[in-house]
Amino acid sequence: MTRLLAFILAPALAVAGMAAPALAQNGPLRIEITEGVIEPLPFAVPDFVAESGDAGQYAQQISRLIAEDLTGTGLFREIPRDAHISRVSNFSSPVQFSDWKAINAQALITGAVSSDGAGRLTAKFRVWDVFAGSELGQGMQFSATADGWRRLAHKVADQVYSRITGESGYFDSRVVFVSETGPKDERAKRLAVMDYDGANVQFLTSSNSIVIAPRFSPNGDRVLYTSYETGEPRIHVLDVGSVQSRILPTSDGVMSFAPRFSPDGSQLLYSMTRGSNTDIYAMDINSGQTRQLTTAPSIETGASFSPDGSRIVFESDRSGSQQLYVMPVSGGEPTRISFGQGRYGTPVWSPRGDLIAFTKQNAGRFHIGVMRTDGSEERLLTASFLDEGPTWAPNGRVLMFARETQGATGSSSLYTVDVSGRNLKRVRTPDGASDPSWGPLQ
Amino acid sequence: MTYLPKVMMLVAGLGLAACTNPDRFNEGAYGAGGAGYGAGANGGMVPGSANDPTSSAYFNQAIGDRVLFSVDQSTLSPQAQATLDAQAQWLMTNSDYLAVIEGHADEQGTREYNIALGARRANAVMEYLISKGVASSRLRQISYGKERPVEICSEEACYAKNRRAVTVISMGMTS
Repeated sequence: MTRLLAFILAPALAVAGMAAPALAQNGPLRIEITEGVIEPLPFAVPDFVAESGDAGQYAQQISRLIAEDLTGTGLFREIPRDAHISRVSNFSSPVQFSDWKAINAQALITGAVSSDGAGRLTAKFRVWDVFAGSELGQGMQFSATADGWRRLAHKVADQVYSRITGESGYFDSRVVFVSETGPKDERAKRLAVMDYDGANVQFLTSSNSIVIAPRFSPNGDRVLYTSYETGEPRIHVLDVGSVQSRILPTSDGVMSFAPRFSPDGSQLLYSMTRGSNTDIYAMDINSGQTRQLTTAPSIETGASFSPDGSRIVFESDRSGSQQLYVMPVSGGEPTRISFGQGRYGTPVWSPRGDLIAFTKQNAGRFHIGVMRTDGSEERLLTASFLDEGPTWAPNGRVLMFARETQGATGSSSLYTVDVSGRNLKRVRTPDGASDPSWGPLQ
Repeated sequence: MTYLPKVMMLVAGLGLAACTNPDRFNEGAYGAGGAGYGAGANGGMVPGSANDPTSSAYFNQAIGDRVLFSVDQSTLSPQAQATLDAQAQWLMTNSDYLAVIEGHADEQGTREYNIALGARRANAVMEYLISKGVASSRLRQISYGKERPVEICSEEACYAKNRRAVTVISMGMTS
C-alpha cells in the first residue's frame, strides 16, 4: 500500500484505510495487460449509498464516473444497472454474491458517499471478487471538497484498476495542452490544463501570442512551453499553482524551443537554432547553466530523457531525413534506432523505460507508433491525415496525441490509444486541442 | 494577417493619408516612405502605394517579398534567387529599411521540426541577401514553422505557397 502514502501526502485529499490490511489475494479476478486481444472483464457498480441527505447527487455521479473510467480503458465492461438483482442500500450489509454471479459480474464495486455539511465529501468503497466470494484488497476512503468530486471518483477507479490489473492507474491525472480556436490561417492558441478525460479545462495563458508544445514537470508542479510572446520562440516555465511564468535564460535573439523536463525536474533538454543549425542543449533550471549535447550541422530537436535520466532520444535529419537517435546524456556518439520507411519525429521515452513512442510520416500519412529503445519491434498504432506528438499516460499503457483533420476547415482534437493499438478514443475538449502532455498520477 | 502587424499598419496608414489628402500630393509630402523620388516625373504616383518604388507596398508587390521552397528543402531555386537579387538591390537602394526574414513550413511535418526547417529557409534567404551586399546588421531571421499558413487547403497547391520565406521590411527600428 505504498500508494496510500502518496495519497496521504496529496494536500487536496485526505485518505485513510478503513479496514485492517487484508492479505494480498491471488484469486481469479485478474487482468493481465498483454498485447493479445482480451475480453473485457465484466463488473458492476451499483450507485453508491448516500449516507447524508446532501450526498445523493454526488453518490450517483461518483459511481457513474468510476464506471466511465473503467469502461474507457477497454479492459472492463459494465453490467448495466437495470440488470442488477441485488440493491445495495447499506455499505455495511453483506454482499449477496449469488445475485452478482447470476448476472456474470466478476467484479463488484460498492461504496458510499457522505457530506460533512461544510462542503466536504467522503467516498468509501470496497472491491469484491464475486466468484471467489471475497473482498479484493481492503476498503478505503477519500475526502475532497465537493467541487473535487470527480477526483474522488478517479481515485476509486485508479484503485480498482490497480487491484485488478496489478498496475498503477492513470485516471486521477491531468493533461496540459494547447487549446485552439479559429481557422488554420488565424488560429488562436492558449495553454490549458484539464483532467485526463477532458473535464475541468482551465486556461493558463491568453491567446495573444503563439504558444506551442507545453510539457508537464514530473510531479506536475510546472509546465515548460514555447511562446512567441517576445517576438521569437523562447522557452517559458510556468508555475501551475500561481499561473506565473518566466522566460528561461536561453541566449537572447536566438530561437529556443522543444523543451522537456528531466525525470528529477531539475533540468530540461531543449533545442536552439543558430543560423540554419538546430542543436540540443541541456539546462539546469535553477542556475540557468547550459550544456550543448549535439554539434552536427543538421537539425537536432525533439529530445526526451530516459526515465533513469542516463540517456536521451531525439530526432535528427543528419542522414538526409528525420530519424531517431539515442545517446548518453553525458555525451558521445548517437546511435540511430529508426530504420523503417519514412520520417520519424517527436520521440518520447515511456515512463516504464521499455518503449519509445514517436510520430511517423510515410507515403502521405501520419502515424503514432512505438518501438523498443533499440529500435526493434516497431509498431504503428494509428494512421490518419495528421497524427502528431504522442504523450504517455503515467502508467505507460496509453498514449494521447493530437489529430488534425484535412482541408480548409480542418481542426485539431486529442485522442488516446492503447499501447497495443486498441481502444482509439477522442478526448472531449470544448475547443480544438493539440500538443498534449500527460502529467503524473496525483 | 496578424503576422505582419507593423508593415500592415504602415501600408494602411500611408494609403489612408493618400486617400484623404489628395491635395498634398504635389507638395512633396511623401510620408514616412518619401525618399525624394522625382514628384514631377511621376505625376500619377501615390506615395506609399505600389507604384512608389521606395514603398514597402512596391517591395512586397513589384519586387516580391517571398520565395518558395520544395518539400523539406531549403535550397534556393533559380527563380527564388532572381527574386532575392531584386530584394538585395532594393534593400541597398533603400537603406533606411530593416528586414526580418520569416521562415515557414507547410503542415506536412511535425511542429518542432518545422520550426527548425523554417529557420533553415529563413537563413538561406538571409545568407543570400548578405552575399549580395546587404549589411547583416539590417537583417534578422525568425521561423514560424507551420504555425502561420497563408493558404489553408490540404493540397499541394496550398502547401507550395506555405513553404516560404518572407522578407518583411520596416522602417528604421527593429522589433
